[in-house]
Amino acid sequence: MTQTLTIGKALNLGLRKAMEDDAKVVLMGEDIGKLGGVFRITDGLQKDFGEARVVDTPLAEAGILGTAVGLAMRGYRPVCEIQFDGFVFPAYNQIVTQVAKMHARSRGVLPMPIVIRIPFGGGIGAVEHHSESPEAYFAHTAGLKVVAVSNPVDAYWGIQQAIAAPDPIVFLEPKRRYWEKAEVDVDATPDPLFASRIVRGGDDVTVLAYGPMVKTALQAADAAAEEGRSVEVVDLRTVSPLDLDPVFESVRRTGRCVVVHEAPVTLGLGAEIAARVTETCFHSLEAPVLRVGGYDTPYPPSKLEEEYLPDLDRVLDAVDRAMEF
Amino acid sequence: MTALPQTTEVVDPVPGAAAPHLPPDGGRDLVQLLTPEGDRVEHPDYSLDIDEEQLRGLYRDMALVRRWDVEATALQRQGELGIWASLLGQEAAQIGAGRAMAADDMAFPTYREHGVAWARGVDPLHVISLFRGVDNGGWDPLATRFNLYTVVIGAQCLHGTGYAMGVQRDGAEQAVLAFLGDGATSQGEVNEAMIWAASFSAPVVFFCQNNQYAISVPLERQSRVPLYQRAAGFGFPGVRVDGNDVLAVLAVTRAALAAAREGQGPTFIEAFTYRMGAHTTSDDPSRYRLASELEEWKLRDPIARLKAHLSRSGAADAAFFDSVEAEADELAARIRSGTLEMPDPAPTSMFDSVYAEQTPQLAQQRADFVAYQASFEGGEHR
Repeated sequence: MTQTLTIGKALNLGLRKAMEDDAKVVLMGEDIGKLGGVFRITDGLQKDFGEARVVDTPLAEAGILGTAVGLAMRGYRPVCEIQFDGFVFPAYNQIVTQVAKMHARSRGVLPMPIVIRIPFGGGIGAVEHHSESPEAYFAHTAGLKVVAVSNPVDAYWGIQQAIAAPDPIVFLEPKRRYWEKAEVDVDATPDPLFASRIVRGGDDVTVLAYGPMVKTALQAADAAAEEGRSVEVVDLRTVSPLDLDPVFESVRRTGRCVVVHEAPVTLGLGAEIAARVTETCFHSLEAPVLRVGGYDTPYPPSKLEEEYLPDLDRVLDAVDRAMEF
Repeated sequence: MTALPQTTEVVDPVPGAAAPHLPPDGGRDLVQLLTPEGDRVEHPDYSLDIDEEQLRGLYRDMALVRRWDVEATALQRQGELGIWASLLGQEAAQIGAGRAMAADDMAFPTYREHGVAWARGVDPLHVISLFRGVDNGGWDPLATRFNLYTVVIGAQCLHGTGYAMGVQRDGAEQAVLAFLGDGATSQGEVNEAMIWAASFSAPVVFFCQNNQYAISVPLERQSRVPLYQRAAGFGFPGVRVDGNDVLAVLAVTRAALAAAREGQGPTFIEAFTYRMGAHTTSDDPSRYRLASELEEWKLRDPIARLKAHLSRSGAADAAFFDSVEAEADELAARIRSGTLEMPDPAPTSMFDSVYAEQTPQLAQQRADFVAYQASFEGGEHR
């Protein structure tokens, strides 16, 4: 059965399905019950599953993650909503020192099947702390996995796959794309969660993106095509672990690679990807791997976010620079 | 520019407020069933029905745990352990709390709860292995109902609260005992745990061993009110118990756990005690406290007072004390030989439990590591 869904609604239906499939799934977060979350991702779930399974928590992010650890030890599968990216840091201690390490600490006795949902990224004209891209902090932490969805199909399946997975997963939702629609076949067999995907074929340059930047990359590829440039676009989908084999295969064909993300470039995912592509595809490269990302500034006041965020033109500029080498 | 005044005088930022709540005997609100001299006393709210064999058992527990602790300190001094966190002086608080637990209850310890570990049946060598650097605790936290040690201060209070929320959802008659120290009461996460426990009426008991110091910093820097009174602000009972009185700790903790199991929600217990040793073997208490203070607390030694009571009441004779001492010597010998014979972990083991589902990247790193090690003559590069 195929339905037209926004990313937000796809997540809502995916969460509902996961709760139906497994009675141990418990949703926790601020304002996720009666209100349905500030983005309405959990809309209607408390009404149908009750307050014990959709928990309006006290306003304390460390508390959400810390109690999730205890619930996971007891056999539950907590799905924690962090209201905005910039509010994850009060929970950072629990995520890094406890959630990420418990499985290793206990030599496998205490798995932590916890999903940490974070609406991330900018572009919504918000105030400070509401537009950040914290993925590198989590990708740098052993024991965590990090995925970023870009479309309703991956949102619907990805949230279910993440909840069913045995490891803790930071699940990044592209907040400015919550309202983007696509056809979702709810009877289909989904792609694996930890796999990248070529979303547009091309011969000249390989552009890598994840989350909200996939759409930007695809728009850039359209514009480039008008100028006679053939851009291949890869939706990385998984940030940690990275699935780079399809990327290596692509870069060996194109000889050029551009990585796009909203997060600041310095020590961002692009740096890691550039290193690995260089190590693996050194003799195929016609140009250094280029990065397009946020600047090394705090996320600026919203009147400046258009300048801060990578857009179609900045991606094209990088494509041009890659071609000129 | 005006020079800062040069002074070594300690200025109290809140004149007159310096720890009026810290009488050395814990004050009039202290629950006590056994005086420091070993006399049995009654308390209006807490009674304890205990026979002589159980009394001897508590003595044996405390004596053996102290012997373990002394041996571990010696092993550290001889270079066999990286560090050791001594429980010296806190035996009654820990044995009383550990023995108050039902088999199905779950404990969430800090890194100093060796006495509780003992009460839960954890092999001392499985604790020693952590401090030797072999693993992060060798016991099974689910089988023993005793979570692994948590080193980040206070983080386990949230885990215990979350676990208790799971107990509620399962409709189980179990309680959780979450341990913390006086310093941890300043942590945001501990306060969050108490807020959550109260909001959800979770079956968790917070057991705070107030041993008067967070490494070097005395309680006055953590709190201007007696710790047990903090519970009122969260909306659940707080009790101060003589932490060097194993009988009072047992009675108070039993009652709190029973209330939690019956759905009455959390309790905060402040076990008023004293860390007679250093914070860890890396610490030097002479830099921050007077020797006379320790001498004063030695008069309230938790083991000596139960021994006095057992002797005077006739519940134990010299033969019993001799047999415990012999058992303690055997335990110490087993800990010593077990430590010296403890094998190092396999080098590849660091890769093996990072994830429940290994990532291709980590599998590759492991394979590269194995190949690198194998490239040295004799196999391993050590």
